[in-house]
Amino acid sequence: MDTVRYLDDDGKPLRDIPLSEEELLAGYRALRRARHFDERALVLQRQGRLGVYPPFRGQEAAQVGVALCLEPSRDWLLPSYRETAAAITFGMPLSKLILSWRADPAGWGAPPEVNMVQFYIPIATQVPQAAGVAHALRLQGKDAVAAVFIGDGGTSEGDFHEGLNFASVFDAPLLVVVQNNGWAISVPTQKQMKVQRIALKAQGYGIPGVTVDGNDLVAVWTVARKAAARARAGEGPTLIEALTYRVAPHTSSDDPGRYRTEDEAEAWKKRDPIDRMRGCLLHLGLWDEEKERALSEELEAEFVAAVEEADKASEPRPWEIVEQVYAEMQPDQQAAWNYLHGGEA
Amino acid sequence: MATMTLIQAINKALDEEMARDDRVVVFGEDVGKRGGVFLATEGLQQKYGPERVIDTPLSEAAIIGAAVGMAAHGMRPVAEIQFADYVFPGFDQLVSQAAKLRYRSGGQFTAPMVVRMPTGGGVKGGHHHSQSPEAHFAHTGGLKVVVVSTPYDTKGLLKSAVRDDDPVVFMEPKRLYRAIKEEVPEDDYLIPIGKAAIRREGRDITLISYGGSMVETLKAAEEMATAGIQAEVIDLRSVLPWDKDTVLNSVARTGRVLMISEAPRMASVASEVTATISEELFDQLLAPPVRVSGFDTPYPYAQDKLYMPTVTRILNAAKRVLDY
Repeated sequence: MDTVRYLDDDGKPLRDIPLSEEELLAGYRALRRARHFDERALVLQRQGRLGVYPPFRGQEAAQVGVALCLEPSRDWLLPSYRETAAAITFGMPLSKLILSWRADPAGWGAPPEVNMVQFYIPIATQVPQAAGVAHALRLQGKDAVAAVFIGDGGTSEGDFHEGLNFASVFDAPLLVVVQNNGWAISVPTQKQMKVQRIALKAQGYGIPGVTVDGNDLVAVWTVARKAAARARAGEGPTLIEALTYRVAPHTSSDDPGRYRTEDEAEAWKKRDPIDRMRGCLLHLGLWDEEKERALSEELEAEFVAAVEEADKASEPRPWEIVEQVYAEMQPDQQAAWNYLHGGEA
Repeated sequence: MATMTLIQAINKALDEEMARDDRVVVFGEDVGKRGGVFLATEGLQQKYGPERVIDTPLSEAAIIGAAVGMAAHGMRPVAEIQFADYVFPGFDQLVSQAAKLRYRSGGQFTAPMVVRMPTGGGVKGGHHHSQSPEAHFAHTGGLKVVVVSTPYDTKGLLKSAVRDDDPVVFMEPKRLYRAIKEEVPEDDYLIPIGKAAIRREGRDITLISYGGSMVETLKAAEEMATAGIQAEVIDLRSVLPWDKDTVLNSVARTGRVLMISEAPRMASVASEVTATISEELFDQLLAPPVRVSGFDTPYPYAQDKLYMPTVTRILNAAKRVLDY
């Protein structure tokens, strides 16, 4: 099974690129924007200004390339905790994401114009739900698709199978994107499953499976665009395996030194998705140092403004913890609410 | 005698049981090379090899289901679920299968297995890393459910769990993993499942708790002592079965009882214990039994102190019971 690639490791096009110059520039900007957030978020985390944070360094293209095919007020995104880059590209405000990873209630939920469900933490739980979202879109005759993200490890969960089977039986307009980043915390993909091409699992559901170079934005974008068009045409889900690598720890609490050597990560750093995309732009004469500098300044200004915005969020009020449990507060929650307001429990 | 944290006591118990009985195997997500995300199994794979300390695929249903099968086949599996919050994909295997295998096979097959899981809050983990789901299991005859609170108990209870002929859910309050150190003997001792411990003797009021909330419960008892109130403090240690005799004997003496747990209140262990006390000792009670618990909400993000019973909440509730 071939891996879809458009760029070589240095970003030189291997074949005709089916994206416009404008799209290539927008794609590079989206990658840089995600990377900038990730780098600065880790600094905030070390300063104690974010909670536990799952970095996505090296996986930007695998996420951004899919999100660029989606329209946030029409399509749906169901991300796992690893997909902050997809969330950023899909239209989640940076300040919301900072608050979300700060574990602040003000970071919950998306703005009304962004159809993103909050990051899923328990593994694979998003897949059957995404099948349901996609099925609902189809039943309602919407010209829309749902995209769900999962990792290599997540494909071992029953929910992955159950969701894919459901979606395929009903031809639900769904993109199932597996970021095969080599590691499920400490367990490498070759110990996670016997089959070494996750895309092959699609055969079990009678749907197309595609393996794409997940560090090649052009390839991911092109594959996802095709899958989305197929879904919109009523032809059902596609399983996309994006080959990438988790160069960073699982989360800010993890220590990869306990289970892997850094050689492998170093090799993957040479295939960095952002360097490759910049290489592509340079090759095509679309980029220069001046533009790079201006973009860096713009992204830093945007991030600083987002942190300022996030810092404005008021302290959570204690009784808020019972206010989003039911549509109408029930007696047990009312008792807790009264107590948290200073009454008796 | 060595001084150990709770996590070290787990490691020691597993090490001793694996050395004692080669049917004992340890498995779960990241338990091998990494030694578990909390390092409970650190060094065990190096010592016993990857056939006995197994990194499994990421599937709680497969981990628990495979444990049932291995146990039925004569092994002694000790499965780790990375967080108690992640047990639910394996819930069916635990509640409908492990708990019922003995019954539905007329005793032909049994599931002598342990499912370990870090439980509870206090680490800013939010709703998917902080839950206390013991009531789900306590509601299931066929299982045993242990919730530990001290390193000494942890070693003795985990060894009992490994040797138990029925499935044991072994819950470890993650906030206590490294919070407490105490002397843990090197020798092979067991603590029976189903026996509570009296942590402090007193005549004025009985405080009952287990797991993580034992810390605040004991602190509250100390504060009460400075005000001249002698609280008896009981650590249930096992919530299924739970030690009715120790609890009822104590409450019969004090006449006043407070049950403290960070789990949500509805249909909780605290509800079961206080209901039993009301049933059995109604005419000896000097005040209605009171529960101090978590709220019936998702465990809130980053607001652990708000959700978990604090010393102040315990003292306020104790005052109500004492003033009744």
